[in-house]
Formats: sequence, C-alpha cells, structure tokens
Amino acid sequence: MKEKKLMKGNEAFAEAAIRGGCSLYFGYPITPQNEIPEYMSRELHKVGGTFAQAESELAAINMAYGGALTGKHVFISSSSPGIALMQEGMSFLASAEVPLVIMNVSRGGPGVGGIQPGQGDYRQVTKGGGNGDYHVPVFAPASIQESVDIIYEAVPIADEYRNPVMVLVDGMLGQMMEPVVLPPIRRQITSEEIAQKKPWALTGHKGERTHNVVKSLRLKPDELEKHNIHLEDKYKKMKRELIRYQTDRLQGATVVFVAFGTMSRIINEAVDHLEKAGIKAGIIRPISLWPFPDQAFDEIDPCTKVIISAELSLGQMMEDIKSAVAGRFPVELIYRVGGMVPTPMEVADKTKKILEVIA
Amino acid sequence: MATHKIFIAGFGGQGIILIGQMIAHAGMLEGKEVTFLPSYGPEMRGGTANCTVIVSDAPISCPIIDQATCLVVMNQPSLIRFEKIVAPGGDIFVNTSLIKHKVEREDVTVHNVDSGEIAKELGNERAANIVMLGALIKHLEIVKLESIEKVLAEVFSGSKADLLQLNQRALSTWKK
Repeated sequence: MKEKKLMKGNEAFAEAAIRGGCSLYFGYPITPQNEIPEYMSRELHKVGGTFAQAESELAAINMAYGGALTGKHVFISSSSPGIALMQEGMSFLASAEVPLVIMNVSRGGPGVGGIQPGQGDYRQVTKGGGNGDYHVPVFAPASIQESVDIIYEAVPIADEYRNPVMVLVDGMLGQMMEPVVLPPIRRQITSEEIAQKKPWALTGHKGERTHNVVKSLRLKPDELEKHNIHLEDKYKKMKRELIRYQTDRLQGATVVFVAFGTMSRIINEAVDHLEKAGIKAGIIRPISLWPFPDQAFDEIDPCTKVIISAELSLGQMMEDIKSAVAGRFPVELIYRVGGMVPTPMEVADKTKKILEVIA
Repeated sequence: MATHKIFIAGFGGQGIILIGQMIAHAGMLEGKEVTFLPSYGPEMRGGTANCTVIVSDAPISCPIIDQATCLVVMNQPSLIRFEKIVAPGGDIFVNTSLIKHKVEREDVTVHNVDSGEIAKELGNERAANIVMLGALIKHLEIVKLESIEKVLAEVFSGSKADLLQLNQRALSTWKK
C-alpha cells in the first residue's frame, strides 16, 4: 500500500499541482485558500519553480496568461470574489487557446460575501463570467484525495485542449484534513518538449523561425467567426470526452439527489438516514459541472417520484438538472446558503417534507 | 464496527485544533479511516475554536456530524453551546479548571478533568490540551496510546523538541 499522509486540503492541492509538473504560480491572498499560496511560496522554488504574489487577482490571471505562453505549466488559485475578478482573463486565455489550471476554493457570496463554504459560484464557473462564446471545463471533487487526483490530471487536460481548466471545491474541503496518497512527481516540461509539443509557445525565435503571435484580438468578423467555430468544435469534443459523474442506488429509488462536492458527502449520509426510515434514495454526483453529465439522468429509474437538487446555492445547478431531466420528473431544491452547511439529518428531514407534499 | 465522532471546542490558543489533528493522525497510523474538520474564521487567539474528528473502521462519507459520540470542552461557553451535540449515551470531557458550570444532561457520561491545574503542576499551563487528550484516550480507546505518543514526538520535534518531555508527562498523567 502506498504511504498515506494526513494533509490539509489546500496544502494537498498545492502539492498535487507541483507533482503534476506546474512550475509557475501566481496568486493574491483570499480566505479560505490562503494555505495554497503560502505552501507555494515555501515549496515551489525547491523544484526550480517560481512563486509570485500579484497585486490583485486581475494581475494574477494575466501573469498566468504570460507564464503559460512560455509553454510552462501554470497553476493559480483563488476564491469566489477573486475568481470573479479573473473571469475576464479566462475568456482571453480561452480565446488565445492557452492552457492553465485554476483552483477555486469557493465561499459564500454574492459580493465579498463571507468566508465559510458555498457553492454559489456554480453559475459563474459553468456559464462563464467572461465575454464571448467560450467554456472552461470545471471539475468538482468531493474529497481531498479526489481533488489531488483531478488537479494532477487537469495539467495534461489543459494542454490537450489548449484551454483553461478549473477545479472547484469549497472552503470546507480546503480547510479540512484527510489522508491522501500523493501521485508520483511528473517531470516538468523541458525546452525541447515545449518546442516539439507547443509550437505556439513564445520562447524566442532566435532568427530560426517566423515569430509566433498569440492573441485574442481578431478585428475581421469573418476571421473571428472562423475562430469561434474552431473553438466550438473543441468544446463539442470536451462534451464528448470530459463528462464525469457517479451514480449510486438509483435502482428503485423514490427520490434521487443531485449534489456535488461537500454537499454530495452530506447527501451520502442523508441517504442512509432515509433508508432507515424506509425511504429509498439514490444519488447522482456530477464531477464535471461543465460539461454537465446530462446522460446520468437517463439512468434514473422510472419509478422515481422526485429529483432533488441539493446545493449550497439557491437553485443554480437546478437549472442544468431541469434541462437534463427535460420534464420527465419533478425537480425540487434543498439548500443552505451564506456559508451555512446542513447536517445529514437536516437534509433527510427536508426530504421527508418534500415527499409528503408530492405523495 | 466502531465509529468515533469527536467534537472538541474551546478558545483559540488552547490547542483545540492541535489535539484534533493528533487524534486523526494517530487513527491514520493505525490504518483507520479519519477526517478532521476545523472551524475556521477571522478569529485567532481568544476567539472560538472547534473541530470535528471522525475515526472509523469503515469509510467515512460525511465529515459533518449530526451528533457526536464524544464532546471535549475546554472552556465554559463551549459547554453551554455544544452540550446538545452529544448523542444519548455519549461522553463529555470537561476541563474543570475553567468550567464551573455543571453538565445538565443526564443521559451522558461526564468526565471531569482538571487539565489546566494538572498542566500547571507539571510546569506549563499550556499543556492542558495534552492532559485532556491523555484522559480522552485512556477512557475511550479511540486510538492506542502508543500511536498518540508517536504523533506527539513528531509534533514536538525540531524547534519544539524542548517541549516534548513536558508533553509526554502531560499525556500520561491522567489516571482513570
């Protein structure tokens, strides 16, 4: 068995990015993810990388844009309002086709909001906050181990699609500790590999090739349309290749919960409580929030009475669920917001009330 | 299969988070499933601090608890606030050095530990959390004492190595 280490979420996320081959980090402090820049400032130089604290989130994402243009692997992190400030940059990177891994340790909003866990970033991260027709794949792990594995995997995914990739957790996963098995250290990309695999990278032409230009400005409408359709083809490919989800106990379930991240863990235990009360409940856990796992809803047993979106937001994911369900089942909502997190029993009690009304 | 759901509360600076982490760490060393969930916020020393530790033989789905099997309270406001969280038949460990209030629940086992006084006698009041940890481990056998000793030696190493002996004594002082 591989060695387990008890790690705080944020420190494990940073270590996963380093082991994934990231050598550049840019960030600006914001709770509840401050242990990520702290860890990076202490550890990244030891592997020959560079940590820079930017003067703002806007500066951090643009530094990341510049860093990633050199072909190196770049990791950045922030939390909800900080991510909002980075959205402009994400649109620019997506248009310029620049890979980047972004960690969002989310908190309660809107506005500056609070610092306790929240999932109110659902809409801003899945629908984009930047302008134009672009997407950023978003993965929402539910444990520290799954986060570590996804961050590690996000590095090659961002490269493959030449697009930013986001890993979304909430403050609870950032602050809690769980045992993790860390992945092996992936060697950092070399100059030769950059020249070979990333011919678009800005590495200096040294008079040996024509100079590269990477930009998001395209003033001719016909060129921009052609570019947007090219990007759309990539997004369609992502929709085919990046959908991730888990289902559990759907067979014969009266109620099916849909929940991601921290909320999915509360639901797991709520389902046990309901089972003891004679109510069969199943779970769909989206891991990719964009692309949303529409096909998971085809697995729902026709005997199911209701689908419940369980969120730390006010029905943001419910919109995608309703679209995927397409009228086949009623969809209800169980939520807490503002940094409040329900207990499993609280969710079970609310579910019973919903079922009383439906039955 | 045993699952311990431990809730530890006190004020910032009492080492609440540290003893929670130590239990989780020791559980992991024994091959058990563990989660450690701290409260976090803008407060530091003097503010409220609490954490939830789950140690189980089975995989843990949810790190958030409805009820604790065991509550450890290091100051009076924590007892008043969290007394309700303990499941019937559970245990409450009370730091009587700072808590004068009586436990009102009658369906739980109360362990009065004058951890602050004991630590003071040992030479450093700040080791009260480790005294309490020792009492907890001796009564409930959540993890083995040897595992906690191993973790203790790791915590009090390097620049804190001079505090190891004191804390070893603090850990072993409490007798059932």
